[in-house]
Amino acid sequence: MIFKNAEIVFQDGARKADIRTEKGKIVEIAPQIEGKGKDLSGLTVFPGLIDMHVHLREPGFEKKENIESGCKAAVKGGFTQICCMPNTSPVTDNKVVVTYIKARAEEVNLCKVHPVGAITKGQEGNELSAIGAMKAAGAVALSEDGKTVEDTKIMSLAMQYASDFGLVCLCHCEDKGLVDGGVVNEGFRSTLTGLKGSIRAAEDIIIAREICLSESLNIPVHICHVSTYSGVQIIREAKARGVFVTAETCPHYFTLTDEVVSSFDTNTKVNPPLREEKDRLAILEGLKDGTLDCIVTDHAPHHADDKNVEYNLAAFGISGLETSFALSYTALVKSGLISLPQLAEKMSARPAKILGLEGGELAVGKSADFTAVDLNEEWTVDPAAFVSKGKNTPFAGRKVFGRVKLTVVDGEIKYEEK
Amino acid sequence: MKRKDILGLYDLSAEEIDEILTTGLSMKKLLRQNIKKLPHLQGKSVTTLFYENSTRTRCSFELAAKYMGAHVVNIAAESSSVKKGETLVDTGKTLDAMKNDVIVIRHPMGGAPRLLANTVKAHVVNAGDGMNEHPSQALLDMLTMRENFGKIEGLKVAILGDIRHSRVAKSNLFGLKKLGAEVTMYAPRTLIPTDIEKLGAKVCSSREEAAEGADVVMGLRIQLERQHGGLFPSLGEYARFYGVNDEVMKHAKKGALVMHPGPVNRGVELTSTLIDGDTSRIEEQVLSGIAVRMAMLFLLTKEEI
Repeated sequence: MIFKNAEIVFQDGARKADIRTEKGKIVEIAPQIEGKGKDLSGLTVFPGLIDMHVHLREPGFEKKENIESGCKAAVKGGFTQICCMPNTSPVTDNKVVVTYIKARAEEVNLCKVHPVGAITKGQEGNELSAIGAMKAAGAVALSEDGKTVEDTKIMSLAMQYASDFGLVCLCHCEDKGLVDGGVVNEGFRSTLTGLKGSIRAAEDIIIAREICLSESLNIPVHICHVSTYSGVQIIREAKARGVFVTAETCPHYFTLTDEVVSSFDTNTKVNPPLREEKDRLAILEGLKDGTLDCIVTDHAPHHADDKNVEYNLAAFGISGLETSFALSYTALVKSGLISLPQLAEKMSARPAKILGLEGGELAVGKSADFTAVDLNEEWTVDPAAFVSKGKNTPFAGRKVFGRVKLTVVDGEIKYEEK
Repeated sequence: MKRKDILGLYDLSAEEIDEILTTGLSMKKLLRQNIKKLPHLQGKSVTTLFYENSTRTRCSFELAAKYMGAHVVNIAAESSSVKKGETLVDTGKTLDAMKNDVIVIRHPMGGAPRLLANTVKAHVVNAGDGMNEHPSQALLDMLTMRENFGKIEGLKVAILGDIRHSRVAKSNLFGLKKLGAEVTMYAPRTLIPTDIEKLGAKVCSSREEAAEGADVVMGLRIQLERQHGGLFPSLGEYARFYGVNDEVMKHAKKGALVMHPGPVNRGVELTSTLIDGDTSRIEEQVLSGIAVRMAMLFLLTKEEI
């Protein structure tokens, strides 16, 4: 199949070219390829987007989302590969659940789904999960996401054992004792609303701990959803002295502040919490200077019943797959902060590199995974139009630029806007 | 008053607060004359929905409604469907279907009255939500001040005690600032909320500094549970370094009022001498409470002509 007349985002810049695919691979990229094909005039083609932090909720919480609805949301959002977190029920801590997720994803046959295994059995923080067996079954990383492995000794052992299998730990950083039931950022807004706050140190202390472990053990580590200005600085300093640490953040941390929690709208409840303007600006700076390697959604779909309750009782999380690209493009590229190739790097090449996945590059011989976007189309976020079961977003009504028009996985069109 | 609900003083304008206080003062005059049968709420239904234990606030709302002729139903969380797992939204819908005119809610979680108000047609009055607001308490404090001084504007009010966990301190701060008073605060660092200065409070570095030149010195309840949470070592130590006593009151204006939302820990927040002294308005606050709650219920439910 030939995809014609698009502007293609390469690592060194964007230029017009045609792409020919065969048997799932890119076989030719040239200024003009003869023959009939799909016309992508006016669209910009990115290497297939990769989201290394998604909650698909299956098995166990299918009321919130399942693998099918999650994958539909993923391809609609332009993602060709996603990694799903292990806080399922049962917990993804063994090869059976990993195998199940892979099999369901193959049946659904939309995007590539890579399970992330739990670090400890049942995510209880006591014993290592079946790390080798999960790797053999297809797990691409380990995470305790939703919580931190509290016992530092267990964490250090997990990192060492996982490194034998080439698996990196994706660390959710939260000192439970310090969070102490906090639901929003500790600051002016927690005082104003009376909602219990959680101080930055609760996140920073564990970021620093994981970096210390990484440095001592000489094992790579990845920090999940960074939300604090001080966390960005801790990572920046660690990178400067050569620690093998990588880090991610989410669109809500560079587009929103805790100002929105004053409405008591439970769609603003997310973990870590939305912070203050100085944090938002530091996250932008961290993305610009490369301290923050990649953008993930932390897609956390919930049923309306989980959100239509008291703020304290509401579930944490934002349904993010269908808004991530547009929010990121609008806030980062349209604003002039970073270039299109840099955005492609953060949403595709870097996640691929961190996890050792194929992808992130449009080149002959590579898998034909790509995303075509109309960068000039302005649209309004409407949760009712989400294909994800989770309609929980604080972005309803927000105007954004960049509309995903076409998502191609292994040369097949998996999503096309009607 | 043209609003459906009273959820907090943060939302109310100075004019609205003034209207409640003015109406409350009239109600208080009637109460002083022992007039306890008024027609203002005749034929109306008021439900108190309390998810947290309370004696004085619930009684005060109940009497305020009854003195004006309303039907009153009291629901305590322990006996309600909450235990059966019903959500606040569903409970609200049920109370609405029963044709309640007003729901007075107390809830341990901030924002719960707002969630209820967004769900029901009935008027919702916040009787205290978590660490957020306690508007009727602040209004009764302000009514007491206005009765004593004639106006709120220009007053200096010192608030000492557990400010971090206090919805009373916050509602007072919002209301007093709107009406032009000055508010100083003092407490152990562990009991001062982050960035409270941004709401207009002056956080002082000693109890004497906080009380300096004050017209009103207000103590806030210290809960013993906080000690176990490590926020201060003991009630004795609190009293010694943070409590209000005669020495502290020497820094306030002569004859400055002593207030407390109750219940008081004698000898902790305030010495017994102050609680029982001439300048204490603690019992006066209780009567102001019924009066101001009558005003709130009446103004919310009265038909606009």
